Formats: sequence, structure tokens, C-alpha cells
Amino acid sequence: MEVNNLKVHFNIKSDNAWPWEKGQALKAVDGVNLTIYAGETLGVVGESGCGKSTLARALLRLVPITEGNVVWLGQDLTDLDKKQMRSKRQALQMIFQDPLASLDPRMTVGDIIAEPLRTFRPELSKEQVKAEVRAIMDRVGLLPNVINRYPHEFSGGQCQRIGIARALILKPKLVVCDEPVSALDVSIQAQVVNLLKELQAEMGLSLVFIAHDLSVVKHISDRVLVMYLGNAVELASKQSLYDHPRHPYTKALLSAVPVPDPKIERGKKIELLAGDLPSPISPPSGCVFRTRCPHANEGCAQQKPILQAVSSEHQAACSRLADIP
Amino acid sequence: MNLSTKKTLLEVNNLKVNFRTPDGFVTAVNDLNFTLAQGETLGIVGESGSGKSQTAFALMGLLAGNGVIEGEARFNEQNILTLNEKAMNRIRSKEIAMIFQDPMTSLNPYMKVGKQLMEVLILHKGMSKAEAFEASVKMLDAVKMPEARKRMNMYPHEFSGGMRQRVMIAMALLCQPKLLIADEPTTALDVTVQAQILTLLNELKDDFNTSIIMITHDLGVVAGLCDKVLVMYAGQTMEYGSAEDVFYRPTHPYTQGLLKAIPRLDADDEYLSTIPGNPPNLLHLPTGCPFQARCEFAQDRCGESMPSLQEFAPGQLRACHKSVDGWVA
Repeated sequence: MEVNNLKVHFNIKSDNAWPWEKGQALKAVDGVNLTIYAGETLGVVGESGCGKSTLARALLRLVPITEGNVVWLGQDLTDLDKKQMRSKRQALQMIFQDPLASLDPRMTVGDIIAEPLRTFRPELSKEQVKAEVRAIMDRVGLLPNVINRYPHEFSGGQCQRIGIARALILKPKLVVCDEPVSALDVSIQAQVVNLLKELQAEMGLSLVFIAHDLSVVKHISDRVLVMYLGNAVELASKQSLYDHPRHPYTKALLSAVPVPDPKIERGKKIELLAGDLPSPISPPSGCVFRTRCPHANEGCAQQKPILQAVSSEHQAACSRLADIP
Repeated sequence: MNLSTKKTLLEVNNLKVNFRTPDGFVTAVNDLNFTLAQGETLGIVGESGSGKSQTAFALMGLLAGNGVIEGEARFNEQNILTLNEKAMNRIRSKEIAMIFQDPMTSLNPYMKVGKQLMEVLILHKGMSKAEAFEASVKMLDAVKMPEARKRMNMYPHEFSGGMRQRVMIAMALLCQPKLLIADEPTTALDVTVQAQILTLLNELKDDFNTSIIMITHDLGVVAGLCDKVLVMYAGQTMEYGSAEDVFYRPTHPYTQGLLKAIPRLDADDEYLSTIPGNPPNLLHLPTGCPFQARCEFAQDRCGESMPSLQEFAPGQLRACHKSVDGWVA
């Protein structure tokens, strides 16, 4: 999948605006370029409000795309009408953040998992559907006797397994996971992350893994994209990004993650960022990070930096890369 | 003053919290014991439903109506669990204050932030409005709120999550309490904001010599802030010791599993080790150790009796039948 200059802007109006006033554009995703290769996991990290979930939805055309295109196996998804897009959805699936809220409370587990099959392969007989559902349930670690139960009877981790089973039953090629483990406890989170890794290896899936937890992303990804205020600030292979972060924002983000080791945690120097995230309605001119960047100068306000190659597997968007260590 | 014999501030003995529910009694906290010295920080860790938040609510006297408390908690030699509402109100804020988990819902949306802060001072310290205003501004400055004076006149919705949490912290510190209970203060926040808040808490600890009970599920947060760690599972204490001991020499299978299950930024392991299964339902707890179903060392006797919390090394306690090498006879 290729993403070119993707922009998603939401038009918003304040409550007390006059009817003839024009709304402002909220730039949720503002010009992102990336390529997702077959069988790889691309991690997307960033703080809340940086546009990572909107990016995920835009990849599957679940939100209207303002500009740019998403090319899936040579086919531009933004050109397709609703019906054509629907046929593509078989190969493009999504796992959602809130495991319980993303399951219909009035459907049994078996019905939830079987629904994609009934939609896309209506030719299958009831027995065939049932066999498929049982096979995938077995694969994600759900016991066959829970097939007639309802979502509220399950814990968060098990609900997420149901969500995974539903996403995988059509044997998709790309699965977008929007914070799939952030609502889960540590011990359950590890189970789900391992399951996703196994399934990926088995089925040759491409994963887009969105999370705010940098440790989890490090664990599961091959390459990582760091976003800030709707912009891609750094894109690199996992090793390169975590060992040698180049963008000042990535550095601050990495230093802020607490490590479960008292000596390291107390000894390390945290690069604290001043202030808060600016509003995406009126982002700073030039580089969006400049208002909080310790290295910003006048030049940063003039021109918006784009991702440029630092090495063969590392790109960063900062105009002062040469000046900072 | 001799530093090695710090004054004990809080002593919790056999604290038990039960809830009456239509399906019978649920024990959220079972036989909790710990002591906290002046200036010390205790981390209470555990997964959701392990009883860590209910411990905090019990200490503050904020349990839901169907909660029943047993045991005692001696704060400055006084059992605060049996105090009536009026006496407890005198202790709240002045002596013990709490920071709640969700900064979005813990502030009153209809009141200006300044008024909410001043209310604390007027009520508990009997200050005049003008005095309270100045003291509040000073406290907002202390928690590094930019443009503190201007923000006194703003409503909570005009603040970001990190700022609201700063307001909560400022509010908790207004009367300079001796004990601060922080219930997941950074869980709802982004990592960079979390780092700001944790740095702030660390500074406050040094400046005011406040004791802190830090309730969290994030072992990384505990590692940076806490002197002692208490690990809870299904309402029971599993392990209790100094941060160094618990992180470097964990002996309870649950603590070990938990530490291994966290993906770490400073390691590259391909596969996470997991704790199999799910936490037990508190309504139908098994007899014996609640962790037995998920424990790789479980044996018959784990299903028969709950192991008592025993000291096996100076200052380090744990509740497990398995001895450090092999089994206790």
C-alpha cells in the first residue's frame, strides 16, 4: 500500500458562529507519505490528538479524504465508488481500540465472527460458515463452547480476541490495528501482542499497528512512524529509530517513557517538553513542533520541513538535523 | 533528627474491604498490611480489579455505600477508619489528600478553577477570600501552571488534560498534607505529560517532605518514584518490599511474571513472556491462593490454603507456598 500526501481536514464551526461564517479546517492529518510493504508491521506512535487514529481510518477510507491518495496494489482507493470500495474491504480489515464497544452487544460471538463471511461469501453453507468460525476461534485461543455467548460475558482480553477473529476470518492482507492493547492489563496485553505476531507470521499479514505506548510498538514493529500534530516527523526501521532517534520530538518522547528498573529510571535524564500540544485548527507556521522544540530558530517558522533521508532506512522531518547531535 | 528512625505516619493493619452485592459478598481488599514513614513513597501495583483503588478509597473514607471495612489504619496513632464524617473532614485535605485518576471528571465543570481551589482553603483553613486567592495562585505557580493568575478565572474545560491534573495536584497540596494518595494520576495522560507530572511529584516530595501512596499499574512509574512497592492480586498482597528488591529480586511468581510481561524500551526480545489465563472473578474466588490457576509453580497445597504473608528476607515479604529454592516443607 502506498500513501501519497494524504490530508484529512475536518471542517468545524464554533457553536456561536453566524450562519454565513465559514468553518475552520482542523488539519487532523496534514500531508503524510508512506509505503507499507507486504508482510511487514508498521508501527505508528504519537500522543493523543496527533492524528494517528485518523490516519488509520483514512487508510481504509472510513473518513473522507481531503487530498492525496491511497494506492492499494496499484489501485487508487480514493477513485473507487462505495460499491467498488466495499469489495476491497475483504482484504483490508481493522481491529479497534475499545474491545467491548466494537462488538455488537446483541449478537452472539459466533454471529459476530461469522458476519464478514456472510457479507462477502454468501455462497457458503451454514455448516461451512460454522466450520470456518470454529477454526478461527481455535486459532485466536477462544474455546469452542463460548460460541453462543454474548460479548458482555467476556473480559477485555477475550473481547479483543473476538475482534481479532472477526478481522481475520476473511484472510485479509492488511490489518489496521488502532490501539488494540491499550485498554488491556499488562499480562493480557502480552498475550494479545504475541497472538498478533504469531498470526502475522502464519498468514503473511501486513499490519499497521497504532499505539501510544512506545515499548509495545518497539516490540511488534519492523518500521515505526512518529507523528506530531498531523505530520509525520520521523520514519525509520525499528532498530535505527530506537537506538538513534534524530528528530527532537522523538528524542523527547523516548526519554519520557518510564522503564521498569529503579536504577535506570532514577539515573536517566528526561528531556521535558515545555508546554502543551498546539491546537490543530491553527497549527504553528513552518515546522509544527517549533513551539516546543529546544533547538528551534527563526528558520523553523518559515518553511515546513519534509521527511528527508538520514540513512537508507531512516527519514526525519527537521530542518536543523545537521546542527543537532 | 536521626534519619534512620523516621517517624511512622501511617500504619495499616489487616485492612479488609467487602462489598455487599446482590450476588453475595465481594472481597475487594483482603488483609492488607503496610507502614509508611514520613517522606516515604509507597507504590501499590496491580492489574484492574486487584483492589488498589478501593484501598485508597477506604483510607479516605470514600467507599461506596455498600462497602464494609474491617481492620484499622492508624494515621498519627489515630484509627481513621472509625472516625465519623465530621472528624474525617478535618483530616481530609489538611492531613491526607488525594489525587484522583481522571482529571477530566474530578473537577466541577460549573465552577471556575480558582473558586474550586479557594474553597478548599476557606473551608479547611478559614482563610479570607483574598488570602485564599493569593495562596491558590502561589500553589498553581508551584505546580508550574503557566499564567496562573489568569487561569484562576477559567473553567476546567478550557484546560488540557495535563493542566487539569496539575490543578488536581495543586488542590491536593493546598493544605500541605502529610500524606498524598495518588490514584493512577498519570494513566489518562500522554507520556511526555506524564514525565512532567512525575518530575513535579518528585520535586514536591523533596520540597514538602510529603509521604505519597502511588497507585498505578505501570511498573515504570513505580520504578522512578517509589521507595517501597506492594504488589496486589485479587485483593491480596502478593509481595511487599523495597523497590530494589521487588524489581531486581522478585520472588513471587506473579511479580516475576508481571515484570517479564512488560515490553521494555531498553530490551529487544522478540517474544514477550506471558502469564496465561485471566484474573479470577472476585465473586467466585478459589480457595487458597487466587493466583494458583495462572501460576506455573502451583501445587496441591496452593488450592488448600492461602499462603500467609511472611518475611523471608529483611524488609521483604511475600505470600507464596513456594520457597525461594524449591518448596517449604
